[in-house]
Amino acid sequence: MTEEKAAPASGSILVVGGGISGLTTALEAAEVGYEVFLVEKNPYLGGRVAQLNQYFPKLCPPTCGLEINFRRIKDNPRIKVFTLAEVEKVDGISGSYNVSIKLNSRFVNENCVACDECVGVCPVDRNNEFNFNMDKTKAIFRPNEMSFPMRYVIDASVCKGAECGKCVEACKYSAIDLNMGAKTINLKVGAIVWATGWVPYDATKIDNLGFGKYDNIITNMMMERLAAPNGPTKGKILRPSDNKEPESIAFVQCAGSRDENHLPYCSYICCMASLKQATYVRERFPDAKVYIFYIDVRAPGQRYEKFYKKIKEDENVFFIKGKVAEVSEDPGSKNITVVAENAVTGEKIKQEVDMVVLATGMQPTALDTKLPTGDLQYSEEGFIVNDFEKGGMFAAGCANKPADVITSNQNATGMALKAIQTMVKR
Amino acid sequence: MDKKYGVYICTGCGIGDALDIKGLCGVPEGEKVPVKTHSFLCGKEGVEVIKKDIADEGVNTIVIGACSRRVNYDIFKFDGCIIDRVNLREQVVWSHPRSKYPVVTEEQKDDGIHFDSLQMLAEDYLKMGMVKVKKIALPEPYKVETFTRKILVIGGGIAGISAALDAAKAGYDVTIVEKETVLGGYASKLRKQLPMKNPYDSLIPPIIDGKIKEAEANPNITIKTETVVARIAGQPGEFVVTLKKPGEKIEFDVPFPLPQEMKFDESGKELDKDKQFELYQEYNKGKVDILQIDPNGEKFGAVILAAGWRPYTPEGDELGYLGLGKIADVVTNHQFEQIAAKGKIVRPSDGKEAKSVVFIQGPGKGDDSDFDFAGSVTSLVALKQAKYVREDYPDGKAQIIYQHMRTPGLWENFYKSIQQDEGIFLTKGDVVSVGQSGGGLTVDADNTLLGEKIQLKADMVVLATGMVPATADDPVVNLAYRQGPAFREIGLFNGYCDSNFICFPYETQRTGIYAAGGVRRSMTIEETVEDAAGAALKAIQCIESVNRGVAVHPRSGDMTFPDFFFQRCTQCKRCTEECPFGALDDDEKGTPKPNPTRCRRCGTCMGACPERIIGFADYNVDSIGSMVKSIGVPSADDYEEPPFRILGLVCENDAYPALDIAGMNRLSYSSQVRFIPVRCLGSVNVIWIKDALSQGMDGAFLLGCRHGDDYQCHFVKGSELASIRMEKIGDALESLALEKERVTQFEIAIDEYDKLPEMINAFVKQVVELGPNPFKGF
Repeated sequence: MTEEKAAPASGSILVVGGGISGLTTALEAAEVGYEVFLVEKNPYLGGRVAQLNQYFPKLCPPTCGLEINFRRIKDNPRIKVFTLAEVEKVDGISGSYNVSIKLNSRFVNENCVACDECVGVCPVDRNNEFNFNMDKTKAIFRPNEMSFPMRYVIDASVCKGAECGKCVEACKYSAIDLNMGAKTINLKVGAIVWATGWVPYDATKIDNLGFGKYDNIITNMMMERLAAPNGPTKGKILRPSDNKEPESIAFVQCAGSRDENHLPYCSYICCMASLKQATYVRERFPDAKVYIFYIDVRAPGQRYEKFYKKIKEDENVFFIKGKVAEVSEDPGSKNITVVAENAVTGEKIKQEVDMVVLATGMQPTALDTKLPTGDLQYSEEGFIVNDFEKGGMFAAGCANKPADVITSNQNATGMALKAIQTMVKR
Repeated sequence: MDKKYGVYICTGCGIGDALDIKGLCGVPEGEKVPVKTHSFLCGKEGVEVIKKDIADEGVNTIVIGACSRRVNYDIFKFDGCIIDRVNLREQVVWSHPRSKYPVVTEEQKDDGIHFDSLQMLAEDYLKMGMVKVKKIALPEPYKVETFTRKILVIGGGIAGISAALDAAKAGYDVTIVEKETVLGGYASKLRKQLPMKNPYDSLIPPIIDGKIKEAEANPNITIKTETVVARIAGQPGEFVVTLKKPGEKIEFDVPFPLPQEMKFDESGKELDKDKQFELYQEYNKGKVDILQIDPNGEKFGAVILAAGWRPYTPEGDELGYLGLGKIADVVTNHQFEQIAAKGKIVRPSDGKEAKSVVFIQGPGKGDDSDFDFAGSVTSLVALKQAKYVREDYPDGKAQIIYQHMRTPGLWENFYKSIQQDEGIFLTKGDVVSVGQSGGGLTVDADNTLLGEKIQLKADMVVLATGMVPATADDPVVNLAYRQGPAFREIGLFNGYCDSNFICFPYETQRTGIYAAGGVRRSMTIEETVEDAAGAALKAIQCIESVNRGVAVHPRSGDMTFPDFFFQRCTQCKRCTEECPFGALDDDEKGTPKPNPTRCRRCGTCMGACPERIIGFADYNVDSIGSMVKSIGVPSADDYEEPPFRILGLVCENDAYPALDIAGMNRLSYSSQVRFIPVRCLGSVNVIWIKDALSQGMDGAFLLGCRHGDDYQCHFVKGSELASIRMEKIGDALESLALEKERVTQFEIAIDEYDKLPEMINAFVKQVVELGPNPFKGF
């Protein structure tokens, strides 16, 4: 039935990273008709956005979009997902790569029905890093409520192993294999898209902002978990020191970003994230006061500006143009005093609040975890620089630059095409 | 297909512990349908049982009573078989603990008082699954009559050329149409442009010339300048496009819908349909109807809309207080760029060197917004243009007054490089006015970083006005669609062709047409080039999906499409009007013409149709209606106090997963509700609710996505249309002496599963208070 050019060329694409960018690249390419391997190091897909409560500016849950994407995976035989998987080695050239992938052991096989019986008998607690260690899980756990794949996993670093074996006994479906080992698989692919994403900048490095020193200073990503219905507090925003509902919260913008000592660039999302988080607070606590200390409110374009305008109308949200210089804690009340200089009036502002949120930024994952190929160029900051002339390998989303979800997905869609072009050239 | 049925019930995950499996097996056995149980149906052995029956017995129509269809999707997939997954786990046993819903003892059995509500729930769901597979068929893909992979790109600026090159490099033939005599658009009117890559710290020569040459040399690209689209007819895979010279009037110019004000007579009464049609024809005199296909039209598979933007033009005296339109040396950033592109920067008033220039980022007067249609690009352009002043005059001085310097991400590097320039001054400030004094200009500002009130002197003032999308003035795509020639205006984007989805930035309400660049948002060239690649991918993906006969996002891969039983169509046009994607074009009589490849398979047409003549192979009025009718409704003849029965029609996209998660968390809710998943609330036909009530069910509710500006409906309009229909059904119920409180609609987001029990139970309580449906037992 075709009238001119032949159907697209064949070939496989490897997408590294199963966050929103990697999912997008993988699905967009697979729905054109290409075979795609999607490799994710976590035991679940979704990456950073799986940890978010809502997206700005629509205030909609990221799990909604993830659910669509998971459904697209379910309906598409061309896409093969590997979780707990890491790329170990890449050889070859554009159009023809040999890739070794290490599949780390889940210790739970495909028999798992997610019935939760194992969790009840497990004697070991572990910090739940999905919730930034604000709660615990057992050594065997479901990574999160919407986990895809919906299968449990054992944290081998804390599991007592065969000497305990209680979960093995409890499982009616022989789904737990404490001797499961890691294995390596080899794939031949034509193009590779690195969607390795970002990690939140380590707030303990910002000495003057007191994170890790004072209980009631949290990061914006922790705030997302606190506000999430499936988070450690079931969506209640409570300050860590005494689980009190905060009556006042300060947001410290550019906590690490736009700072030569930390991240020299702007992390793109933190202004909008704080505006969004102001709505979390205001929705829950009608009398709470919100103070946002900023350098510039980066809410560009009509959609973001509209959102910013709406927040500005709230009489309980105060915007202070000034960079926060120091914070201190009242040892009795555990309240935090934020000190900043108002850049407009010049006056020094001291604001005591119940709780502080540091709007920390994004650091490319590839900065500290070098990717197993010598064929990529990096910027000084650790972002992968794309070379479209050379082709073959591309970075998508925040592996390439700091970006919001919309921009990441635009970029990731385009990178699917760049990968396809590599295949066509062959 | 000759259906051979098989029912398989899993007894694992607590199902066997909570339910009377023998009793449950009685449901299929009563209909002489073979049933098998297994304690671990999703395990290898269990699946083997089903596979063996398929191979040996020819079973091809399968009901699996086990977990939710959202899990083990790959395990319970059997090619060539009709399958329904009855959710006995998440929606029955996990959400209805025996501690709350006890079994009936031997003595209580048949005493006319006690009943096992959990068992009844499971049996109803199994019956519903069984009747569903009876009523549905395996889908066959829709094939277009003609098919082409060619891509049309509207607009020959940086967005269009980039998209064309990207599609061409993937092996597709592309035609670019450009209304001007040459390619390039605004990108070719620049002196210099913002950097394209790391380290993003200095200006570069415009890249557009290189791109134009590359496009001209590419054998897959055809370029048509001085050409615009008169109309795009047809559907993805086989669009028929009529091109013309700009300004030409031809018979294939697309007809425009009758303007709202012309639909009413002098007294404000709406004219009847015939009169409206007459006026419509008069209004579009000389143009042929949308259904008439241009025999000389060119075929394309998909379209990329890259029509770009125009500089903002202030309305009347809007920016007069800033001197624009009043003082010759106050210009917009666009006018400034034109001056800079010509040579040294000189004042428009007298041609003298403009060594001191003030750049203003926003309207000021206490408002800290940017100008309309601005974005980070307008902040960046001010920085760029400040640099021009310094390039031209070593002693030049550029001052930027801003409220928020919007240079997000790695653009911070560019901002920093500009800050290094000692001749560029940046200050936060609230501009009050621009005036003239002694041959120069003065700019007054409040609340600046330099002091409370300052006055700056300048040779020129530049306002960072925005980029208005071409689509704000003109549909550009000129679709020969009954719903009108433009992207559907939903009042959210100021004329931009943007998407309201965060996760799916290219999805709009017109299938097969993808926007890129300034027509979508104000963007830098770097962002535009990137955006164009994404739009090209989506165009290619749509074409390949059409060729496979499957739907595109969000039901990607779905092979079904709406089928119409035209003999019974009453030409009411509701389907044409309500389709969120403009997939239907009715003819002069009002009979809809389906365009299946424009369709996203949401079923809104099916929900809208009062004659119930629209359906899908595996989802139709009969299949859902039969499920409703198979729900057991106990009456006073059965029990002293019979349980209530309430129908819950749930959106399968977000509400159904939320129910699943509630089940996983063992949150429990009333056992008197029976859920049926629907593709979208837009597909809910009110007959299902009438069916439910007329067979004695006591109430019904819809559970779906949020609507309004921040809608979450995957099909844009579905949940909103459903709520309108529900209003109407309320009135109809009252005429039957039924309280309209028996029917309602709830909004739920996927992560709000914790709110479900209260929502459901409160509604059940409300219905219980109204009392049983008086029609029960008749």
